[in-house]
Amino acid sequence: MNSDVTDFASLAPAYPEMLLAVGAIVLLLVGVVINKERSLLVSYGAVLLLLVVGSLVLFAPAEGVLFNGVFISDSFARYMKVLVLGGSAFSLMLALPRAEEYGTHKFEYAILVLLATLGMMAMVSANDLMSLYVGLELQSLSLYVLAAIKRDDSRATEAGLKYFVLGALSSGMLLYGASMVYGFTGHTNLQEIVIAIADEGRSIGLIFGMVFLLSGVAFKISAVPFHMWTPDVYEGAPTPVTAFFATAPKVAAMALLVRLVMDTFQGITSDWQQVVIFLSIASMVLAAFAAIGQKSIKRLIAYSSIGHVGFALVGLSSGTQVGVEGVAIYMAIYVAMTVGLFACLLSLRTENGAVETIDELAGAAQKRPFVAAVMAIIMFSLIGMPPLAGFFAKWHAFLAAIDAQLYVLAVIGVLASAVSAFYYLRVVKVMYFDEPVRDFEAVPAELNIIIGVSGFLVVTYYFTVGGPLANFAHTAAGSLF
Amino acid sequence: MTLPLFFFYLFAAILVASALMVISARNPVHAVLFLILAFFNASGLFMLAGAEFLALLLIVVYVGAVAVLFLFVVMMLDVDFASLRQGFLQYAPVGVVVGVILLLELLLLAGSFVVSPEAASGSVLPIDAATDNMRAIGLVLYTRYVFLFQGAAAVLLVAMIGAIVLTLRHKTNVKRQNPVDQVARRPSETLEVVKVKSGQGL
Repeated sequence: MNSDVTDFASLAPAYPEMLLAVGAIVLLLVGVVINKERSLLVSYGAVLLLLVVGSLVLFAPAEGVLFNGVFISDSFARYMKVLVLGGSAFSLMLALPRAEEYGTHKFEYAILVLLATLGMMAMVSANDLMSLYVGLELQSLSLYVLAAIKRDDSRATEAGLKYFVLGALSSGMLLYGASMVYGFTGHTNLQEIVIAIADEGRSIGLIFGMVFLLSGVAFKISAVPFHMWTPDVYEGAPTPVTAFFATAPKVAAMALLVRLVMDTFQGITSDWQQVVIFLSIASMVLAAFAAIGQKSIKRLIAYSSIGHVGFALVGLSSGTQVGVEGVAIYMAIYVAMTVGLFACLLSLRTENGAVETIDELAGAAQKRPFVAAVMAIIMFSLIGMPPLAGFFAKWHAFLAAIDAQLYVLAVIGVLASAVSAFYYLRVVKVMYFDEPVRDFEAVPAELNIIIGVSGFLVVTYYFTVGGPLANFAHTAAGSLF
Repeated sequence: MTLPLFFFYLFAAILVASALMVISARNPVHAVLFLILAFFNASGLFMLAGAEFLALLLIVVYVGAVAVLFLFVVMMLDVDFASLRQGFLQYAPVGVVVGVILLLELLLLAGSFVVSPEAASGSVLPIDAATDNMRAIGLVLYTRYVFLFQGAAAVLLVAMIGAIVLTLRHKTNVKRQNPVDQVARRPSETLEVVKVKSGQGL
């Protein structure tokens, strides 16, 4: 009955999702059949699968609306999917060395990452409130399990439970918002909602629904005031899992937010702008000050990621194509920096195990000069020092805000960035100027490669990937207007 | 009195009576059995309303899975339900008052509620009186809503994997049955035919 799927070829825009779903199930079977000692084989298979799906998205573009309007594949979705797949693939690679210690040696780890990635792709491609929710739940449910994957560790299970309870709360808010939007526009399809808003104008019920919907998504990108779970979950979860949390899911939720506000709620721009500007300022300011007092390096990264979401939202607040472009570039650079940062963190180990606090990094520059150098570069990039990648990320975001005459927002952003320099530089200071207390263990080769690639991209961003990335982001942003 | 009306009152009366018994029965096993009776009568009401899919779903899901699960919990776990429910019925008057207020509010709402005549025709999937509802669901589940249906299936798969990852523990000292080994056994490996001379032991 009136389905637009008539033959296999008409499914082309959804080929990447289908391949990922089938691949995840095949790997699940493989994992169950082969014996336990070789479960890393599944992880390698999963990395390969993610890379294949990523290149399918990148090099075999098929765009269109599918499944009676619940699924959309456009340039913006493709751009974000490449980021999501890349983030997932690299964080899976980070989980390969010393998997036993982090609890990521179980083959189910890779399967859950794959299924979470599938959910993220569905979120990025959501063109209907229903598919949005299904994608979001698929992603969130996998993440709750991943947070607690090291099930004998009390901190990991606490993180998983906390994440689950708060995540369920945010899903409730999102669903409530979605039901209000549906009730006041009469449609679940995002394009139909645009038309309904244009016809009927704004109503208080619609604004209500929009605010709840955005609150639910803000929880997923951990924007203040919905950030409470982030430091606890990031600290409690095993480090490779935290690396995954900080990259791909953030990109997917950000893509969802961009599509909702730029596309669905374009008729009520002045209303959502207030919400996004508030989220942005609150995230930047709170993260900058809250991170100063942190001792645990993972909590520091959690606050740093909250702050970076705030900076990305600066670009979005403008509500212009340049702003979306800024967000797209920001998320790409953010993923590259975060992956590199976690690779450095995972490779610095003393005889007491993985480095947990900032003080334990003392003297890393003398013992592990390469890792410390890249980590310092990434810290400078996170501050936004030219000519590193982080500078260009912030430049694009602030430029969009200034174009849209949001001068106050841009000024607050720059000030917050200056404050955040303090805690980033503290890490560099501890690594370079404090006397080494303990010796550091040798770095596994896989991590060295990731650290090298990330460091290279961050340093040479302007000369190598910057141009093509900006072009890709430009086309991506263009498809929303 | 027409036959459907007779059955409606029959099902409704048993439903309300068994629901009352669920909360007032002393024996928790009896309470669960009354719950099952309530489910069956509710599904009878659905059947009368022409919603045969919901009726069967209620039996399959609630009676088949949920109620049996309750029964397991009641029988397996040593929870003293009697003491948990001590003095439960003493709150009954308050409950009745709340229930009456709720009923009055519902009646007020029902009295002032106007359904727009275009509401039914404006729906994405207008109700077609010619097809019964099980067929109607079957027609759209794998066509119009295939993406959402498969997405929901993936969510359930994640839930299953998650439950296994987080709770299943393999015990090493448990002897397990291996059907393949059992079937592959040959008489020559296990039986030894010995000729025993009469009058002598082995």
